[in-house]
Amino acid sequence: MSRIKEFTLPDLGEGLTEGEILSWLVKVGDTIELNQPIVEVETAKAAVEIPAKWAGVVTKIFHEAGTTVEVGAPIVAIDTNPGAGDLPEPSAESLAAVEVAPVEGAVEPGLIGGPAPGGRTAVLVGYGPRNTSAKRRPRLGTPPAPPAAAPPPTAPAPVATAASEPVAAAAPSSAPVLAKPPVRKLARDLGVDLTSLAGTGPMGSVTRDDVQQAAAQPVAAGAAPEVFDAGRERRIPVKGVRKLTAENMVASAFTAPHVTEFLTVDVTRTMKALEKIKARPEFREVRVSPLLLVAKAVLLAVKRHPMVNSTWSGGTGEIVVKDYVNLGIAAATERGLIVPNVKDAGRLTLRELAEALNTLVQVARSGKTPPADMAGGTLSITNVGVFGVDTGTPILPPGESAILAFGSVKPTPWVHKDKIKIRQVTTLGLSFDHRIIDGELGSKFLRDIGEFLTDPESALLSWT
Amino acid sequence: MANGEREVGADAPAGGFVQLLTPDGERVDSVTTPDGTTYSVDFSDDEYRELYRDLVTVRRLDAEATALQRQGELGIWASLLGQEAAQVGSGRALRQQDMAFPTYREHGVLYCRGIDPIMPFGLFRGVDQGGWDPNEFKFNTYTIVIGAQTLHATGYAMGITMDGKTGNADGEAVIAYFGDGATSQGDVNEAFVWSGVFNAPIVFFCQNNQYAISEPLERQTRIPLYRRALGYGFPGVRIDGNDVLASFAVTRAALDQARNGQGPTLIEAYTYRMGAHTSSDDPTRYRIASEVESWKAKDPIARVKAFLTKQQIAGDDFFGDVDEAAKKLALDLRERVLAMPDPQPVTLFDNVYPHGSPEVEAQKAEFERYHASFEGSAS
Repeated sequence: MSRIKEFTLPDLGEGLTEGEILSWLVKVGDTIELNQPIVEVETAKAAVEIPAKWAGVVTKIFHEAGTTVEVGAPIVAIDTNPGAGDLPEPSAESLAAVEVAPVEGAVEPGLIGGPAPGGRTAVLVGYGPRNTSAKRRPRLGTPPAPPAAAPPPTAPAPVATAASEPVAAAAPSSAPVLAKPPVRKLARDLGVDLTSLAGTGPMGSVTRDDVQQAAAQPVAAGAAPEVFDAGRERRIPVKGVRKLTAENMVASAFTAPHVTEFLTVDVTRTMKALEKIKARPEFREVRVSPLLLVAKAVLLAVKRHPMVNSTWSGGTGEIVVKDYVNLGIAAATERGLIVPNVKDAGRLTLRELAEALNTLVQVARSGKTPPADMAGGTLSITNVGVFGVDTGTPILPPGESAILAFGSVKPTPWVHKDKIKIRQVTTLGLSFDHRIIDGELGSKFLRDIGEFLTDPESALLSWT
Repeated sequence: MANGEREVGADAPAGGFVQLLTPDGERVDSVTTPDGTTYSVDFSDDEYRELYRDLVTVRRLDAEATALQRQGELGIWASLLGQEAAQVGSGRALRQQDMAFPTYREHGVLYCRGIDPIMPFGLFRGVDQGGWDPNEFKFNTYTIVIGAQTLHATGYAMGITMDGKTGNADGEAVIAYFGDGATSQGDVNEAFVWSGVFNAPIVFFCQNNQYAISEPLERQTRIPLYRRALGYGFPGVRIDGNDVLASFAVTRAALDQARNGQGPTLIEAYTYRMGAHTSSDDPTRYRIASEVESWKAKDPIARVKAFLTKQQIAGDDFFGDVDEAAKKLALDLRERVLAMPDPQPVTLFDNVYPHGSPEVEAQKAEFERYHASFEGSAS
């Protein structure tokens, strides 16, 4: 056996087919011990560290961080006997003959418990649905004659008359289309018209594959734009944070009926208050931004309107109102949008809140936000103002019932004490889940946030 | 202080629990529960050291298994990390004649029964069905179905009573292991009913590790689990599940009750699963990091080490030896796991009937011919 051993990506969680290399903890030339963590891999189920299977010296890393690798593909080569002198020339044994295990039981990746791509439900434990057939060795040329006990070659008994009717080319007709309920749902979700398909399943029924193929086709000619110049199109695989964001947004936008309201407010006093806070010695060490006071405004307004901080629990037929606020802050990172949250933000002092927000943003930008920080958010703020826009109509993070968009603060002509003055003005946009929050409650909540930002001192004195 | 004479520590849940060794390694002489039972242990220095060795060993073997799964050598692994004290304490309290009914996580109990730790690895590596002779080891097969083993254990316990094997100080007793999630199963409640009504010689040992996979305890019960026993007509005791001494003392007393014909006891070992439910689970999706951190401070092994050090029962030499011996066992286990042979397809037909069956034999022969029809078949 070769002293160079190649470690292939194992199935880390019952039926996974791929994993993304998050980071390498070792580099070529490193001496490693048995079970030393060497690489961090993220699968559809979890991000895990893989311990080295052999002690030795790392001789090759096959895939850089950020690559998605199939289960069974080699990811690292280890010289298990580095003391034995120079390596022989790379031979067929060490390079070409890498045995890549066939990927079995391919399962569409997806979030546990959530909808996975293709309309399947992701599983927490156990094998996912299998949708490839097993590979097997070819039969010998002449199999031994079957004994009398062997079953005859299978021929379907001519029982079901429907099965013998021509099915493959069933033309679209007014007859009801045969399809199983999950396939119908998938078709609905993907916007595929079942009646336009020729089913390939039993009795001409439409299968999941039929629907997926139809959905994958770049739409029938005529109706939709054709590809203009494929050479100038780039195709980016949808994965990681982008995939998660897409799933979350679709899940939220098509379950929670969104309403968005806007309020333009004069925040001159807030900006002045901010200057005063910055000047205080206890705030000298922390970064203080308008977002801090917007967060404070939201937290105080939640106390006055607790219902906005709730979750629609369709499964139990309940609305879960939370007496704590895990305040989410949408953060643009290199890997995409993430919404980590400050746990129990309502209990924090202003100074603690400022620190928590800074840490949150810094960790997010460094790409190291742990999943726990992204879980359990109850209400969020998206600070689109930093991009110079006035406001937006944000989509709720799944499970939350309100999200505030905070636009840019701009000097604006404004009626102030019956005169037109130049004031610092911003526009707030509040999206909320209309299943829980009616227009009245949403409006009051937004109005209170506006009141605070218009006159923070008196709001603080009169509310708390 | 409903559950003991001493002041309930900050680490105890509301209502208290039996704790004989605090997280800081302080010994509590004895604890008396409201029903008047006093629990204590009287170990020699050697016995204390051996308990420590057990705890470290089962944790080390478990870590090796977790690594093997991550390296693709096991299909799945259910780690016991954090639950060592509950398992070692209760496992060491068992006598030779007692019978244990485990779940799929009782690797520590298995070890304490003196069984070769490799025994369940065939199941997790997928090279056998996880079958072994329960009578040989007085240790039933790992039961994957949640809570099912409590009924098997109850039936077994009723059986040994009928066989006249209980009712004296050297009688037999049964222990059934399960988790907090299993208490919501019908099986477990039926087992409680039957055991209570028939005064079966059984100890129900519930490792409450706070989560039924992702579902938290508050989704299982509105009262502490140990108090449920009262409704079935037998005593319930809660122990600090991270305290190996409490686990030993209370299990021993409950087993003695059972073997003497005094009927069942429910023990709730209040503990925490430090790792994932299984290697297929990501606990960061449903637990917050601060909770895990708070349980790290209650580590079952660190407190024994602190106690041994403070009492000068053991020093660095001993701890180093234990670590080294555990590592050696783990590496030996690794080698043997990697060397496990793949099963032959025809073994499928073994163990169907104890004395065979012409029909199964015919099917087996046909299956063998079928397999021989492929290229590369060993003939």
